[in-house]
Amino acid sequence: MAYSEKVVDHFNNPRNMGSFKKEEDGVGTGIVGAPECGDVMKLQIKVENDTIVDAKFKTFGCGSAIASSSLATEWLKGKTVQEAGKIKNTDIVQELNLPPVKIHCSVLAEDAIKAALADYQKKADSK
Amino acid sequence: MKFPIYLDNHSTTPMDPRVLESMLPYFTEKFGNAASRNHAFGWDAEEGVETARKQIAKLIHADAKEIVFTSGATESNNLALKGVVEMYHEKGDHIITSSTEHRAVLDTAKTLEAKRGVKVTYLPVDKFGMVNPEDVRNAITDKTILISVMFANNEIGTINPVKAIGKIAKEKGILFHCDATQGVGKVPIDVQDMGIDLMSFSAHKIYGPKGVGALYVRKKNPRVRIAAQMDGGGHERGMRSGTRPVPLIVGFGKACELCEQEMAADAARLSVMRDRLHATITKALEDVYLNGHPTERLPHNLNISFAYVEGESLLMGCKEIALSSGSACTSATLEPSYVLRALGVGAELAHSSIRFGLGRFTLDEEVDYAGKRIIETVTKLREMSPLYEMAKEGIDLKSVQWAAH
Repeated sequence: MAYSEKVVDHFNNPRNMGSFKKEEDGVGTGIVGAPECGDVMKLQIKVENDTIVDAKFKTFGCGSAIASSSLATEWLKGKTVQEAGKIKNTDIVQELNLPPVKIHCSVLAEDAIKAALADYQKKADSK
Repeated sequence: MKFPIYLDNHSTTPMDPRVLESMLPYFTEKFGNAASRNHAFGWDAEEGVETARKQIAKLIHADAKEIVFTSGATESNNLALKGVVEMYHEKGDHIITSSTEHRAVLDTAKTLEAKRGVKVTYLPVDKFGMVNPEDVRNAITDKTILISVMFANNEIGTINPVKAIGKIAKEKGILFHCDATQGVGKVPIDVQDMGIDLMSFSAHKIYGPKGVGALYVRKKNPRVRIAAQMDGGGHERGMRSGTRPVPLIVGFGKACELCEQEMAADAARLSVMRDRLHATITKALEDVYLNGHPTERLPHNLNISFAYVEGESLLMGCKEIALSSGSACTSATLEPSYVLRALGVGAELAHSSIRFGLGRFTLDEEVDYAGKRIIETVTKLREMSPLYEMAKEGIDLKSVQWAAH
């Protein structure tokens, strides 16, 4: 299978690869997927005054999974928490030109965004 | 060094230039139909075919009359299983095979189950991918008509105890078919000594042309009969009709002759290269696991799982090297390698596997380069892997509640 240029670019130059400390204030962490399925994404957001000021990812998975999560962090930065919740997997499919067999990678990225937002919200609510 | 580097020789091999040279006259000058009995064009073609038949037979210690030409090993496997079932259905309806066979055997067996009501036993393999001959013995019933066990596995290179299985088959009077596609021309195979009654193999795995293969069909002790699956002019002693592809057959013969002469030297050179590659990788990286048997394996095969890294991303990271992975993402089914799963390798490590297949034209510097690039890429991808990070933090990945999707 040939990869789209954008997938190759994200794979070779991943944006925002890394981790925040989970306990840190304003950090929301989402971990989705399973090793036996061949992909696990960890996506983290750092929120200040309702705005995502930074985002990071680490992904175990194919090139398309890595690219989907890398792209997600790019899109998350600067968005409000509400705006971030509106990112759809179909937007990722379109941007990266993912073939049908790789659509699950984009679904996983959307799930990771939602999980990170939920974790942030849970931490904020418990204060 | 020339790029890309080819390390996928289990998939196919480049044709040896000496093979190509042997074939060329048969496209233009000696273009006759080998079945034309009454003119020189036919005689020339027939001579080419019969010389090839002898060269092929010699490599596997068979008689030239026992070689049936087909389009490749897939057809040979189909012909062996379907041909035996059709010919011997009055004797019984049970076949024994193994769970790590190539799809050409497994899917043929499944078709026979569905369409002909044949009962099939799929034997398990041990953690190295080897069939236990005693399991074969215990699976035999009075209805068993065929045992089909591969010589060497195409993914992990494990070599089965074929001679022991052949002995059991002989003792019980059951036919033994061996898919030796990966073994012929790579390691010595003797159908007499190993008690093989039918054997499938093809030319393009041994530096010959694509589109031609053979089925060895034993003529004595016992005389094996198979029902033809292709009707027509009755070529190949009635077992496989169709005009013989003379240039391909001539090339197949030449490829076998070269293997007979060079197999020992190739195997010695490639196993040293392969072992060096394995040692380099294990020295540089932690948590790498060998798949397959440590010693009973093809000399040019190495199959390794790199924990915490997904196979397709690893191939993408070293795309100037042609390799293969057992990762689901490289298959159409989204399931990781059934061969590795049959060994008891966890799905997560099956997703992380890479197969290196060295060949006659592989250079030392290519293997060294591949080792270096694999190490770099695994290191980079592990930095990117949440699993590696968790493992480093001392989290037992098996204890985590994953949300399977």
